[in-house]
Amino acid sequence: MWSKSKTEPYILTSPAILVLIVVVGFPLVYGIYLSFTNMNVYSFRDPKLIGLDNYIKIFADPIFYSTLLRTVIWTVVNVFCHVLGGLCLAMLLNRKFPFKNFYRVMLMVPWAVPQYIAVITWKNMFRGTYGTISILQSQLGVNIEWLINPAYTFIACMITNIWLGIPFMMMVILGGLQSIPGELYEAADIDGASGFQAFRHITLPLLKSTVIPATIIGGIWTFNMVNVIFIFTDNSGQEQTQILVSRVYKDAFNFFAYGRAAAWSVIIFLILAVFSVGFIKMMMKEKEAFE
Amino acid sequence: MDSKVIVNKQTVINNKKAYKPKFRDHFEKKDSAAKIIAIYVILTIALIINIYPILDILKISLRPYSSLFSTDLSIIPKNLTFKNYITILTERAFAKWMINSIIVATISAVAGVTVAVTAAYAYSRYKFKGKKMTLTAFLLTQIFPAPMLLLPTYIMFQKFNLIDSYVGIFITYIATSVPFSVWVLKGYFDTISASMEESAIIDGANTFQIITKIVIPLTLPAIGVTFLNAFMAAWNEYVIARIVLTDDLMKTLPVGLVGLTGSFRTDWGIYSAGAIMTAIPVMIVFMSLSKFLINGLTLGGVKE
Repeated sequence: MWSKSKTEPYILTSPAILVLIVVVGFPLVYGIYLSFTNMNVYSFRDPKLIGLDNYIKIFADPIFYSTLLRTVIWTVVNVFCHVLGGLCLAMLLNRKFPFKNFYRVMLMVPWAVPQYIAVITWKNMFRGTYGTISILQSQLGVNIEWLINPAYTFIACMITNIWLGIPFMMMVILGGLQSIPGELYEAADIDGASGFQAFRHITLPLLKSTVIPATIIGGIWTFNMVNVIFIFTDNSGQEQTQILVSRVYKDAFNFFAYGRAAAWSVIIFLILAVFSVGFIKMMMKEKEAFE
Repeated sequence: MDSKVIVNKQTVINNKKAYKPKFRDHFEKKDSAAKIIAIYVILTIALIINIYPILDILKISLRPYSSLFSTDLSIIPKNLTFKNYITILTERAFAKWMINSIIVATISAVAGVTVAVTAAYAYSRYKFKGKKMTLTAFLLTQIFPAPMLLLPTYIMFQKFNLIDSYVGIFITYIATSVPFSVWVLKGYFDTISASMEESAIIDGANTFQIITKIVIPLTLPAIGVTFLNAFMAAWNEYVIARIVLTDDLMKTLPVGLVGLTGSFRTDWGIYSAGAIMTAIPVMIVFMSLSKFLINGLTLGGVKE
């Protein structure tokens, strides 16, 4: 532009870049190195390089495949419910009716609550005998021991995470809906289109540019969502409640198997990297953002 | 039923061709009364599900210890008491955790936004080698898993003796908020005409003066949003703080509060009182500024 100084932009951007190199770049490289070592609490001072041992052990372990499958189920179910719930609520909030703002603000509560408080609260509601959900279900004659049977604990974690994630999708989709010009619907109305046809041929296609990126980001967040399972299961949960990231935490901070935990995280990283390539390609199409 | 009656009344008024705004105008034109009722019913159910957990903590926080294990579902408990609030403020380190959290969140948010403003200014106003690459890298840090960085970070902290110190926490929190802030601020700076800055340069202003005297005042709302986002992220962060802060007096609110739970003898009343005092202020700020946050979120990623 107008400035002749060539060094100025580098001086201005260097603090931000430096912080990210220290906090993201260096640990990334160091983590990859760790994954090839046998570092644990005993060999903390002088870990040895053991090649691909950690990886071979993980891939030979059936737990890896069951955890991967559980993580995929976790991600797909959560994101599906987030988008569906968010879409329904956003469609309703996009209409005209009194007290709309009140509903909009109140429906955002789960997003505004600090996550760890929300998780502990939900856990308490699932608690046997004294939890709200346990009281309600016993009045209905149902007897599910949410916190004892690991399969139900996992479902309880999913319910909690679905609750946490819907408001974000709702607000993003609402923003998308509001950007659709009303004349399109008027024109469809004149042409005699039904409400469903208008939804199918106007709303859905025009929401694409909003919903797809939000779904991908949401998917990555959910895949990496450690707070819910970590806090819900007190970090000591049974195998059947763990997803990939929570396993890394368990290996690292309960079993102090740093090398193995690092190998787990490199594998997660690679899975997400493949997934993210599509996302980056899509962002690149929005060329003006980079200019 | 009620609203049907009202709608009928309105049609009577409509027939008289009254000029004042009609009741029916507050709704979509084609919606039938049944549809309107259905919308309210669905939204009200969703609303109850969304706010019930908060009411649940509120209820527990107001219960005396004797009725902690009660199966009463009413929101305002019998023998309501504020004893739990007094206990946590006087007999636990809650006030200290609160001060720690305020210090940690404020410093990391101020530092993070400062770093982001200068970087975003460069990205918005200059053309330089590596611009596209570093901007993409900022985006990538958002996409790749934070948990994968945690273990190496933790080991680095141990090697550099940063356990039970805020230095590591500050740097980590700054790095978590910077990419989002840079993208949002760059988006806002792009929308501001550079003409004022050009005339300032003719008057001999340097870049530092331009940023502090022209750019920051003009983009204060956007800077506010990024500050809020950075502050809230630090205020609510649990996982990193938990492994770094082990000394009770160093703990931030999330670590302290979660630490109150987890034993078999957890006093849920005291925990809940702390949770309410932690959550309500951030919830109020968050919800009143939600519109700006959303605009910030969609500006970087989703452009029409």
